[in-house]
Amino acid sequence: MRLVAEGLSARRGEDLIFRDISFEIAGGEALLVKGANGSGKSTLLRVLAGLLAAEAGTVRLLAATQPVERLGEAAHYLGHRNAMKRELTVEENLTFWKAFFGDFAGGAGVCVDEAVDTVGLGGIAHLPFGYLSAGQQRRMAMAKLLVAWRPVWILDEPTAALDVAAERMFAGLVTAHLSRGGIAIAATHQPLGLEGLRELRMTGFTGAAETVW
Amino acid sequence: MIALLARDLKLSMRAGGGALIGVLFFMTVVAVIPFGVGPDLNLLARIGPAILWIGALLASLLGLDRLFQAEREDGSLDLLLMQETPLVLTVFVKCLAHWLATGLPLVIASPLLGLFMNMDEVAIGATTLTLLVGTPAITFIGAAGAGIAVALPRGGLLVSILVLPLAIPVLIFGVSAVYAAIQDPAPFLPPFLILVALNLFFAVIGPVAAAAALRLSSD
Repeated sequence: MRLVAEGLSARRGEDLIFRDISFEIAGGEALLVKGANGSGKSTLLRVLAGLLAAEAGTVRLLAATQPVERLGEAAHYLGHRNAMKRELTVEENLTFWKAFFGDFAGGAGVCVDEAVDTVGLGGIAHLPFGYLSAGQQRRMAMAKLLVAWRPVWILDEPTAALDVAAERMFAGLVTAHLSRGGIAIAATHQPLGLEGLRELRMTGFTGAAETVW
Repeated sequence: MIALLARDLKLSMRAGGGALIGVLFFMTVVAVIPFGVGPDLNLLARIGPAILWIGALLASLLGLDRLFQAEREDGSLDLLLMQETPLVLTVFVKCLAHWLATGLPLVIASPLLGLFMNMDEVAIGATTLTLLVGTPAITFIGAAGAGIAVALPRGGLLVSILVLPLAIPVLIFGVSAVYAAIQDPAPFLPPFLILVALNLFFAVIGPVAAAAALRLSSD
């Protein structure tokens, strides 16, 4: 499985956010998108997820276990917001997403209890999501990545609001995902504690992004 | 899809879900009409079906703006958009859940409110039946408006204004079917069947339009 992005450009309103970004990631590899605030990291990730139309360029997932029209179908997207309902309990939230996502061919998600245990919050899944602290909410949002199998993880500032232990836990999750042959693309300021990362440095506004491998 | 239906129904029952807001509004509107119009029983019986229909129309529009806005605010909309499941189907199921939670209570409450308006059994039955067939159409039309206004912070009124012109035919044929049932020479079936047709028409057009609007709105 390979993720190939070619000549991506994106525009928000009048402004060109970035221009001509190309990269290629194979299964088991992670790409770290770095850059100052406003340099277009989130925009790039939203373009990859198919949530924002690219001005130019293509994103393709080659040799995937099932043919995909858009990369989004094969990807989990963890954005700034957690996509969990405050009124429902954690368990109801995760059960819903598990059923709604379904598994991508070639893998299977873990059950809800196991996912909650993996993020280290076993025993509070019966609480409404709104009762949890910001860090706990973020961890539960990560449990969402585990309940259904998607080969590609697109992570936007995944470790914001997390303590050091949770950051380590998350690095473990990503490592486990990569070892299953998955792909991870993360925009972050913190070092994720991962080995053998490739980096994409966004320079912003000027439109030119240089790639540092 | 069943999971989505179940989740939306559950959400509408929980605090802040607003399933009962619509039916309370409906009851308030219809209950104050006799005080405003006066105790002329014949007049009330005559305007009753129209009042029930107008009340139900306005009550259905009440919670529509939250249909996609709540999903957008917590980021769920992004994930709904990304899936392989056709977005049209997702929107259709959300509309269905919304109607079950807010439209169906209106239909169930309408016989009681018909008594407030001194309507006879035939009129009450016809009104309930036409509301049952007509209110889903209003929800489907409203979904298109809700999709367009999803990114606007105060889209509620805008949704109503966008949607109202399209909902007028539903209102016209709904009310005329009821009057046809209670006044002898006019046949009941033609307006009623047009109402059914409108419902089916908007069940297709509404979700397609809403899905297109949601795709364009994402930023």
